[in-house]
Amino acid sequence: MKKILFLFLLILSFGILQAQDYFPKNDGVKEVNNNYIALTNANLQIDPTTIVKNGTLLIRDGKIVEVGKSVSLPKNTVVIDLNGKYVYPSFIESYSGFGIEKPKRSGGGGRSPQYDATREGFYWNDHIRSETIGIDNFKYDSKEAEEMRKLGFGVVNSHLMDGIARGTGVLVALNDEGGDAARMLNNTSGQFFSFEKSLKSNQSYPSSLMGSMALLRQMYSDMDWYEKGLSATKDRSLEAMIANKKLTSFFEAGDKGNDIRADKIGDQFGVNYVIVGGGDEYESIEKIKSTNTSYIIPINFPSAYDVSDPYFAKHIALDDLRAWNQDPQNPKVLAENKVVFALTTYKLDKVSDFSKNLQKAFEYGFDKKKALESLTTIPAALLGKSSELGTLENGRWANFLITSGDIFDSKTILYENWVQGKKHVINDMDQRDLSGIYNLMAAGKNYAMVLSGEASKPKIEVSLGETKFPSKIAYENDWITFSFEDESSKETYRATAAVPKTESNITGRLILPNGNETAFTATRTGDTDVKPEDEKKESVTPEILPLTYPNVGYGFTTKPKSQNLLFQNATVWTGEDAGVLEHTDVLVKNGKIDKIGKNLNAGGATVIDATGKHLTAGIIDEHSHIAALSINEGGQNSSAEVKIEDVVNPEDIDIYRNLAGGVTSVQILHGSANPIGGRSAIIKLKWGEDADNLIYKDSPKFIKFALGENVKQSNWSSYSRFPQTRMGVEQVYVNYFNRAKEYDSKKKAGQPYRYDEELEVLAEILNGERFISCHSYVQSEINMLMKVADRFGFKVNTFTHILEGYKVADKMAEHGVGASTFSDWWSYKFEVNDAIPYNAAIMTRAGVTTAINSDDSEMSRRLNQEAAKTVKYGGMTEEQAWKMVTINPAKLLHLDSRVGSIKEGKDADLVLWSDHPMSIYAIAEKTLIEGTVYFDLETDKAKREAIQQERNKLTHMMLSEKAAGGKSREPMKKDKINFKCETIN
Amino acid sequence: MKIINYITVITILSVGLTAWAQQTPAQKQSEILTLSGATAHIGNGTVIVNSNITFENGRITAVGGPSSPVRGKVVDISGQHIYPGIIAPVSTLGLVEIDAVRPTQDEDEIGDYLPNIRSLIAYNAESKLVESSRPNGILLAQIAPQGGTISGTSSIVQLDAWNWEDAAVKVDDGIHLHWPNSYSQGRWWMGEDRGWKPNKKYEKVITEINTYLANASAYGKTTSPNANEGFKATLGLFDGAKKLYLYADGEKEIIDGITLCKEAGIKNIVLVGGYEAYKIIDFLKQNNIPVIVDRVHATPQGDDDDYDLPYKLPKLLSDGGLMVSLNAVGQMERMNTRNLPFYAGQVVGQGLDKEEALKMITSNTAKILGIDTDYGSLETGKSATFFVSEGDALDMRTNQVTHAFIDGRAVSLETHQTELWKRYAEKYGQED
Repeated sequence: MKKILFLFLLILSFGILQAQDYFPKNDGVKEVNNNYIALTNANLQIDPTTIVKNGTLLIRDGKIVEVGKSVSLPKNTVVIDLNGKYVYPSFIESYSGFGIEKPKRSGGGGRSPQYDATREGFYWNDHIRSETIGIDNFKYDSKEAEEMRKLGFGVVNSHLMDGIARGTGVLVALNDEGGDAARMLNNTSGQFFSFEKSLKSNQSYPSSLMGSMALLRQMYSDMDWYEKGLSATKDRSLEAMIANKKLTSFFEAGDKGNDIRADKIGDQFGVNYVIVGGGDEYESIEKIKSTNTSYIIPINFPSAYDVSDPYFAKHIALDDLRAWNQDPQNPKVLAENKVVFALTTYKLDKVSDFSKNLQKAFEYGFDKKKALESLTTIPAALLGKSSELGTLENGRWANFLITSGDIFDSKTILYENWVQGKKHVINDMDQRDLSGIYNLMAAGKNYAMVLSGEASKPKIEVSLGETKFPSKIAYENDWITFSFEDESSKETYRATAAVPKTESNITGRLILPNGNETAFTATRTGDTDVKPEDEKKESVTPEILPLTYPNVGYGFTTKPKSQNLLFQNATVWTGEDAGVLEHTDVLVKNGKIDKIGKNLNAGGATVIDATGKHLTAGIIDEHSHIAALSINEGGQNSSAEVKIEDVVNPEDIDIYRNLAGGVTSVQILHGSANPIGGRSAIIKLKWGEDADNLIYKDSPKFIKFALGENVKQSNWSSYSRFPQTRMGVEQVYVNYFNRAKEYDSKKKAGQPYRYDEELEVLAEILNGERFISCHSYVQSEINMLMKVADRFGFKVNTFTHILEGYKVADKMAEHGVGASTFSDWWSYKFEVNDAIPYNAAIMTRAGVTTAINSDDSEMSRRLNQEAAKTVKYGGMTEEQAWKMVTINPAKLLHLDSRVGSIKEGKDADLVLWSDHPMSIYAIAEKTLIEGTVYFDLETDKAKREAIQQERNKLTHMMLSEKAAGGKSREPMKKDKINFKCETIN
Repeated sequence: MKIINYITVITILSVGLTAWAQQTPAQKQSEILTLSGATAHIGNGTVIVNSNITFENGRITAVGGPSSPVRGKVVDISGQHIYPGIIAPVSTLGLVEIDAVRPTQDEDEIGDYLPNIRSLIAYNAESKLVESSRPNGILLAQIAPQGGTISGTSSIVQLDAWNWEDAAVKVDDGIHLHWPNSYSQGRWWMGEDRGWKPNKKYEKVITEINTYLANASAYGKTTSPNANEGFKATLGLFDGAKKLYLYADGEKEIIDGITLCKEAGIKNIVLVGGYEAYKIIDFLKQNNIPVIVDRVHATPQGDDDDYDLPYKLPKLLSDGGLMVSLNAVGQMERMNTRNLPFYAGQVVGQGLDKEEALKMITSNTAKILGIDTDYGSLETGKSATFFVSEGDALDMRTNQVTHAFIDGRAVSLETHQTELWKRYAEKYGQED
């Protein structure tokens, strides 16, 4: 046992000694090898643009000494004649977790979520782990290294892939010898970030994407504050951030939307992230271009779905089918748009798929020179190592590949991958191509033997006259072994032979069926016929289906444009004092309502005959949760720091469906998980535009507050977060507003302070710059919030839900708060036991500006009907009712000067209805926003048709890929979350 | 006489003082009544303008036009509309009072095969949701247990009763079977993708169902069986006494479900849900399967589906020649029961004839539930269960119910909600 241990240590120390020459040597005497190695007669790809034909590469001590056409070789040079083979700089993997194990998800999950941090002396949030030192977690993985080298990689950048701030990374050469001391090219190769929480902690905050974003912003602010010495306590996470400030920051974003999100955070704090993308950047290429930063791009192209069972295939959404067809164009589109990017093996199911997927990118038109850049010079530059890596220039590391031809040709063989001057054989370079026709004499018979195929994997055919025999051949380590069965005699012949170095004939030993051994000679008599289809398979560029805006079902093939339109002879519901006007024309010009009147002159505008139809302003939903990637940041009892604007999802099909219900504007509210929620996004449903274009320009500022059962966490298991009672809810508000007041006065007085996004937002409320829309149910809490507001000198803008508003309608009118309620919902929880459908009518009569909202992606599609219920319940006039889904919500949102009624000068956000707009029988025929038709019944029909055709086409394409032996995966349907106030995700 | 007055005073006082008391069920019909002058929507597709409808002892005795003879006390409802009472099928009304409050939830028992679970005995006749359904014209409901595979046995009730016995119209009318979904969602709470993938257990559950039904059928053939309440409860399925309500949405699930249940010897099958039923109308016709379509106010199940597919589904099926009924199943389904007339109206918006749409919430439902000899249309001999609305009852703009009768009893249209309304309108001086 002792002996074995000693031996093990010896081997270990031997490895290390190789590189560290100032270490004593105890297992022998120290000797030095100062010889050179020259690779001659090579086609040298010095860098992506420079090729030296028939050149020489001279290396010593792991580095390139000289390279060129005529290199004079010192006498102590070992020469390797490459005989016209190709040499490339080896590839660089710029993003990985190589050799650093990801932590396991920490157990736990008790009765309640965990709200506090578990660490002491670090940042207040466990998911900020900037103090992590990647190299401390690093253990060289020679198996993984071998796999990477097979793909052509010589250097990898690695870090601990865990948490939002992940600390530093390490750049290592894939050199199996020499130990970490030799391989480590940079032990602080960058700082790493993501939106994903750490697996090591169950701390609940942040529980959403917008929470991660807010946390990152606060982290950078805190770093600045800490650096100024303003913190009274120690914070090792922030200290590490400060110490690593100069390092390159890598951000794993993961998709096109998150790329932009990460970039925006970076821009705010002067950090230029290298962004690790998701492979779908081509879908928003203009936006990606405008970030003006560098990317690391995965090529994990989705495999085809198995669509052979139509019952299963029907569940796959068109955009998922499309992704299979369209994603492989990503590298091409990025390159054509001059986006700087490195390619990565990250995200591949199997790293070995890299070459295959790269070939697919080439089929889609990705430029090979760009490919080489993205694997050599660009990652070298991103890692700040251009002077050491990425090219075959003097002084660079001797990291290179020897190949049989063009590195990106699928037939090319990668022979050797040299890292730091150390050779790693991938395929034996000395293998001879034995292809040819041979005459094989065996046991007195004269067989014909044909060898063909790749040199390292030859194929064999043995025949006697017309009869072909089953036969096998293997070629390994300079030896071939083959066998064939003479079918007439059922006898097997086996043979083995050393591959001749130069001779064309093969001689060796033959074992006869009876066991006797004899010599044989296979005399080469001619060349194998090269079959023409083997020679060059016509590579066909696959058909790439066009993108739509957005790139999902029902997207537009071209973005719709604003038009000048004249609606003639409509029943016009103005929503103004003018009331409902019969037989009236409305002229839309330059996105605005230009004129309302009789017999208007079209003046070049397109005329729409609206006889018998009703024209109204677009519906406004004060309380919506569509078009968002997350709704609740419930990790804390206040989340004023988060913004729904950060997570607007312009591809949500509910945008289109809402348009089909005549909705043009919605407020996407934060959910009701906490008393102080997040900030709203107020958007127009401009289907096909990107997130930023959906959000109102100069949008009024809103924040969600919430009261009652949800913030008390009454209906699910959580018992540790304050508040658990309505009494506690009041104190949360009082405390935060007290603090905000103190914060604001400190700030205004010019004293040093810690920037706190949360208190900034609350101070905006105190200063009348931001409005509250408060989720509320029972009268006690409604009354309470108004009193808190009075105490702090502001007004609550809107109570949303407000189902017991009718009980305090007089008080609400006095406070001046508006109401946004459901038409007839009740009984879904205890606090709505006294909800009545007459609520809107009572509040309206009491002088409260009242709107009807949805909080639901289904109901929002027919808010016109919900408005009509106030006629049924409580006897509102039809005009009063209609205002509850148009001008009243516009007033509540402070948008009534722009939208909500048909008035000259307002935005042309209009709906043409087939019938009385509040009738259950009415259908929205056209929905316009600023003069652009975003929904049209006829266009919708055409889109349905197109979806069916495209699905059919993609299905057939996938079927033929499967028939051709391609990989396919199980059909899958994305989960669509129908967000509501209480949706925790 | 004095005592009666005393009671009346107390009743009025207590209603005035607390808004919590339920409405008192109406007394038996005591005099012959004729409702005169309304547009009668018979419920079988026909309309009589200026109708006269006479009923006595809870039964309709005459239905006619303006010149038809009238009897008894004549109530002039000129200009209004009269409709058969709306029937809510596969409902959980009275089984759950407040969705989020567990102590009030009684619609889903644990276990997968529970045909002997009976909804009727848990039905809360005094539920506030029951009373709030009446003012919109919903006067009958089939109360069905939910959850599991075989959820249990439903009963049909009328919505103005002192207790469940009093409410029962048809006891233990059907068994409710939830067919498995061939697609299942990833267990995201266990770290799996939230997406939906082919359900690996689909075939296994089908085999279980098959085995259960085969055993139940075999049980029925023995002369002296051991007590097995589950098997016993299913026996009506095999002789046609009970209907099987088969809940399935997908094309594959519907075909599998109907085929297996027919092979198992089940006589009457009703499809519930039927999201993709429009794709296999011929199959459903051949098998004589009526469909109770899930709430039409729903979002499409697939991103690429027509935005109005849930709206038009009943029309597609009806145009194809199937017997169609509508339910209110979905989120907050108890409270949404009162929106059933508008679900029918929504289908009219898709181009269906109004009277055809009305059938989907009245006579078709009665036929499917097997109560059409008494309910579902305004025809002589049937129960006097109907309501009067000032305007078109299928449109919320005009649905304003002024009278409702169940078995000839004039039921209260007041509710917990109208009482609160009146109380606060009075507080603010808003009464007209």
